[in-house]
This record gives sequence, structure tokens and C-alpha cells, in this order.
Amino acid sequence: MRRVRGIGITAAVMACGLVLAGCGDPPAEEEEGGSSEEAFQACMVTDTGGVDDRSFNASSWAGMQAAAEEGDNIEVDYVASENEQDYEPNLSEYAEQECGLIVAVGGLMADALTVVAEQNPDQQFAIVDALVDLPNVYSMQFNTAQSSFLAGYLAAGMSQTGVVATYGGMNIPPVTIFMDGFVQGVEHYNQTQNASVRVLGWDVASQNGTFAESFTDATQGQAITETFVGQGADVIFPVAGGAGIGTATVAQESNGSLSVIWVDIDGCVSLADYCDVFLTSVVKNISDAVRDAVLAAAEGEEGGSYIGTLENNGTFLANYRSDVPQELQDQIAQLQEQIIAGEIEITSPSQP
Amino acid sequence: MTSSTVADSGAAGPSTGDGPGRRSIGRAVIDAVTTANSWMVTILAILLAFVVGGVIIVLSDPGVLRRFEYFFSRPSDALEAVWESVSGAYSALLRGSILDPEDLREAIAGEEPWTEVFEPLSETLTYATPLILMGLAVALAFRAGMFNIGVEGQAVLGALTAALAGFGLSLPAGLHLVVALLAGIAGGALWGLIPGWLKARTGAHEVITTIMLNYIAGSLLLYLINLDGIHHPERNDAISKPVYDTALLPRLAGDQLRLNLGILIALLAAGGVAWLLQRSTIGFEFRAVGSNPDAARTAGMSVGKTYVLVMAFAGGLAGLGGASVLLGIATSSALTPAIIGGIGFDGITVALLGRARPWGVVLAGLLFGALRAGAPGMQAVADVPVQMVTILQALIVMFIAAPAFVKEVFRLRQSRAGALGQTLAKGWNG
Repeated sequence: MRRVRGIGITAAVMACGLVLAGCGDPPAEEEEGGSSEEAFQACMVTDTGGVDDRSFNASSWAGMQAAAEEGDNIEVDYVASENEQDYEPNLSEYAEQECGLIVAVGGLMADALTVVAEQNPDQQFAIVDALVDLPNVYSMQFNTAQSSFLAGYLAAGMSQTGVVATYGGMNIPPVTIFMDGFVQGVEHYNQTQNASVRVLGWDVASQNGTFAESFTDATQGQAITETFVGQGADVIFPVAGGAGIGTATVAQESNGSLSVIWVDIDGCVSLADYCDVFLTSVVKNISDAVRDAVLAAAEGEEGGSYIGTLENNGTFLANYRSDVPQELQDQIAQLQEQIIAGEIEITSPSQP
Repeated sequence: MTSSTVADSGAAGPSTGDGPGRRSIGRAVIDAVTTANSWMVTILAILLAFVVGGVIIVLSDPGVLRRFEYFFSRPSDALEAVWESVSGAYSALLRGSILDPEDLREAIAGEEPWTEVFEPLSETLTYATPLILMGLAVALAFRAGMFNIGVEGQAVLGALTAALAGFGLSLPAGLHLVVALLAGIAGGALWGLIPGWLKARTGAHEVITTIMLNYIAGSLLLYLINLDGIHHPERNDAISKPVYDTALLPRLAGDQLRLNLGILIALLAAGGVAWLLQRSTIGFEFRAVGSNPDAARTAGMSVGKTYVLVMAFAGGLAGLGGASVLLGIATSSALTPAIIGGIGFDGITVALLGRARPWGVVLAGLLFGALRAGAPGMQAVADVPVQMVTILQALIVMFIAAPAFVKEVFRLRQSRAGALGQTLAKGWNG
């Protein structure tokens, strides 16, 4: 170990500065930390998907950032979990810091959150996609069966072949709740319109159906889609995150004979290239719920729970594709009123 | 028996020029890892990894990079920012894994309970427990000349069988824990036995069979979790019934700290493996087969039997590691699809860093445990992404695998570096 090495590293650092055109003008000297004096800290722990998962972690983080923008003096921060065993220490780490609210993302974190929330009764927590019944936890859940019901009705109304299909990423409640609603929406169409549209891929009674066993494997989604198309399906509702892109690909190559209903976030925003294959999207409005939770916590509210429904815009159908007939759109708008009024009952064991 | 052909097939390549003529590449790798690396190189590799890690921390910090834009006008700004960024990250790492002076001060002043002070150490030891056990599983196989890439799967099986014993049986406390741990060992051993037997019987390479068995274990776990009788009846997501409290590893320092009996079991296991390798007849056979299977066979040892035995032992250790995750760390004390979540693969790096020596593995496990324990603080306080820890681990092992490079960087004497660098650069296709 000679001194030469130290000089080498310094040189490398300097070269780095050179590359970045290190000849600019310095900003005026400023004192650090003017605004952060009384800032409300909102801290988020992601599940193992990480903050860039283009799904609920990303939506939650978007909600956090929206709160930071809208709220008065709110700062947001997050840590990612690499492993299920990290949930508890990550939550504990934030509990030791000055966080006004700690947001846990995902139902898998419910057990860890319960432990940490009991250990820190004075700390406010929030959780997405689970119910934790503690006075210092705000639980956010989403009744997406309602919006999926509308999607099922839409699919049945748009189908030329009389066969529609759905499949999931995994057989877990946050996924199958969509499929329950979808199938019942199709059944409702059959009853009210005297039709006999068939649904492939999910059986509500036995809670069994077709799954890609992945939220990322688009090839698997493509294979399932081709099987469905072979059985005559012309509208498909994939509830499988990124694996659903396989369905969008098949639809794009079908020259309009296959349509897709996207899930979680507006497909025309997240997958703009495929926008013309999406009839609509079943949106689960996590980001607004998280934003409101942070804003409410900053105002000093404690505990409670929230269920996103059609009524409170916690879940809804995105814009329709231009070829959806006005008559069908009107029927769906009317259905929405009936669901909100409680005249139509949707049953799903996964409903919050 | 064709077991030796596998080990020797790598010798077709150009001679490495240092060892005895017929040394295979796979053997050379194992030799390099187990015998030739000096402590000095290991320590310097860790140091170097942290230096490179520091550079990455700086490069990924936009606040620091902005200050480099006017480096030549006011260099102190940039250098200060570099120092703050790197020292902030590493001190957060230390505070999260060893001691937070702030907590110590408050505890002495009586403002905080002492548990806060010991929490970082408790976390380090908690994370280290499965890493040590799974590292031992890799190291033991290494010493007998086998690459056990199947630790992940063996640990999954261990967690699975431990869970079955944990919620399937109703036994008094203490006995229940012993039974659950033994079940974990048995499950892992079974999963290790298969590739050992396949290698002994057919010469099937254990790297391939163990990787495939990892996939099978993962799928088996996913399938079983959702079966009636195993699946948690009140839950709809993929989670099994929790094991009874009587089967849980007791916590050693109160309920607030996660530190549990598992760490003592891991140390005991390390002692056991050390004894096995150094003092027992089986261990001698393991090492003999590991250093030269042909000579071992000529000396009258059954090479095939050794392969089966060593893989069963290794699998048992990994299974114990999986059980320690389920019974000691997992918050819900239940099986989930990602319960092992890659700890088995970290075990491979732990074994490499520990030079396949039992006590080396313990130290390496403690180091990696500390990195894991410090990661939340590093993320939350210093805003360094959690992946940084993974990068540090990878860099450490990479530099250890390239001792020639480390010696070059630090201008150490070139005594044995040449041989090591060449052999390790050839990869694992022994």
C-alpha cells in the first residue's frame, strides 16, 4: 500500500469532474436547511417489487410524491425491501426516525406491520391492500370487483364471438377479486340482454382458473392468450401485470379481431404503444388513496380505514376506446349507479 | 462409477502451468478458494470493494455530481460533498449494524431503553444466522470437491419440512423445537442427497442437478402452500398456517430484539463442521476425495459414497438454515413463496469469502449479516439504494476471486498471485 494509489484515486475523481465539464460557475453561497425545519415526513416501505415495478409500489410512490407537491411542507422518502425478511427491520428503522407517517405497500407486509405498529403505539402507519385493525394504522383496500363487473359487462357487450376470457398472475385475492367481478359482469349481461356469452379462465364457485404464475413473464401471457383465441375468445382481461403485455402483443397482431381490457393503471398511459387494443382499463386508484392518506396524516388524523369503490373513485373504468357504442356506455353508466346504490350485489371472497 | 470423469473433464483446456499436470479447472478453483488465498488478500479485497462502492455511491448521488460542474471554481464544495456522501452512507451502515453512538448516549442518559443500543448487533447476528448455515453447506461440499449451488432449494425444503413439523405436530415446548429443527435438517439432507446420489451413480454434474432442484423446490413450495391443510384457512394469499409457538426459536434478549437461539446453533454447526473436517474419519475422506478423487479411490475409499454423504451433510446444514429462517426470523412464522428469498445464493458468496473454512464462513456470514442489517439505515438516512449492499457483496467476492488484481492494486509481493489469478479466471466449468 503506497501513497501512489491515493493520488491515483484523486486523479480519477478529478478526471470525473473534467468529464462533467467542471468549469461552470458555482452558485451563491447559501445556508442549508431553510425549509425543512418543521416538515412532515412521510416514509414508505416498498415490498420486494421495488419502487419501479410499474404496479402498486410505483403507484403508491406516485401518491407520496403527489402529496409532497400538494401538501404544505411535506417531505417523502422510501426504502425498498429486497427480501420478505427485510419488512420488519425496514419498518422499525423508520419508526426510530422522525416519520410522521409510515406507509407499508402490499398485503404481504401486514404481519410485519402489525408487529412494528404494536411496538410503536405512538407512531402512525398506513398500509396498502390489507386490513390491519390497530388504532394507529390506516388501512387502504380496494373493491375492484365493482369496476371489474363493469369491465365484464363491457366485454360481453363487445364480443362478436360470444366468448371472452380472463386470467391472473397468481391465485391470490388481490388478483382474483378482479376475476370474480369480471365473470359476474358477463353473467349480468347474459341475464339482462338475454345473451349467452361464455367466460374462459375463471370459475367463481370453485375459485379456480388460468394463471400465468408470473407478473412479469409476457411469453407466458402470450401462450395463454393464444390458447384462449383458439377457443374463440375475442376480448381478454389479463390480471397479471407485465405478463399481460403478452396479451396486448397478440391483440396488436390480430388486426383488431382481439381486444384487451387492461388492469391496475390506465393502459393508454402506461403502455401507450398498445393503446388501440385496449377497450378500457380497470383502474385501481392507489396513488390518490396514498396521497390523501399522507395529507390527512399531515393534518393530524389517526388510524381508520379506506375502501376504494366506484363511489369514491377508488376504482373506476378509464376512457373507452372510440368504437364502444354509446348505448353500451350508457348501460354501463347506469350499472355503475346501481352498484353504488347497492341494487346490484357482487360477491367475491376476496372483497374487503 | 464414472464420478471422476466429471471432475477431470476440464483438464482438456490449456494447462494452468502451475499445479501438477492433470489438475482440472474445477479442482483448481476449489484449491484456490480453499487453500491459496491469504487473509491479507481477503481483507484488502473487502477494503477495495468499499472504495469502489464509495465511487459508485458518489456517481449515483446527483447532489454531488452537481457540485462537480463547477469543480475548478470551488473544488472544496465537490470534495466536501464527496466526503459527506460516502461517509454518510458508510456511517449509516455502521450505525445500523454495530452501534449507534446517539442511542448509546441516550441510553446512558436514561432517555431510551438499552435494547435500542443492542438492536444493530442483534440485527447483524439475526441476518448472519442463515447466512452462516447456508455458507457452511456450500463450504463443506467445496472441501469434498463439489459445487453445491442447490443451497437455496435445500433451504426451501428445510423450511418446508420444519413448517410441517411446526404446525402439524403438537408437542411440548423445547421438544417441539428440536423436532422441527431435525425435520428441517432431514428435508434439506434429502434434497442434497439426490444430486449426490446422481453424481455417484451416473456422473451427472452437481452444478446442473442442484440448480434444477432449486426450481423444483420453489415450485413444490408454491404448490404445497396452497393445499388444504397447509394453507392458512383464514387467509386468501399464498401463506401457510403459522407454526406453533412451542416450535419457535426462543429469543435471547427480550421480545423487542430479533436475536434468537439460531445464532448459537449456527456457531455450533460451524464447530461441528470444523470437527468433522479436521478430526473425523469421514471428514478425512471428504478432504481426500476433494483434493484428489483418483488417489482417494486408489487408497480404497468409496468416492461415490463420499459424494452422497457430503451432499446429504451439506443439504442438512442448508435445511437447518431454512428452518432457522422460518422458526427465528420470518415475521408470520409461516411459509410464504419467497421465504428463503435468495439467502441460499448469498450463502455461496459467504462460503467463497470464508475460503470454505468453517470459521471463515462464520466471519464472512457476520460481515454479510452486518451489511444486510445496515442496509435499512443506509437507505433511510443516507438515501443510498438497497442494491448498494448487493453490489458491495459482489465486489468483495469478485476481488477475492481475482487476488492477482488485488495484489497489483496494493503492490503486494507477487508470490503466488499469478497462479491464483489464472486459475480463478477460468470459471466454473470443471
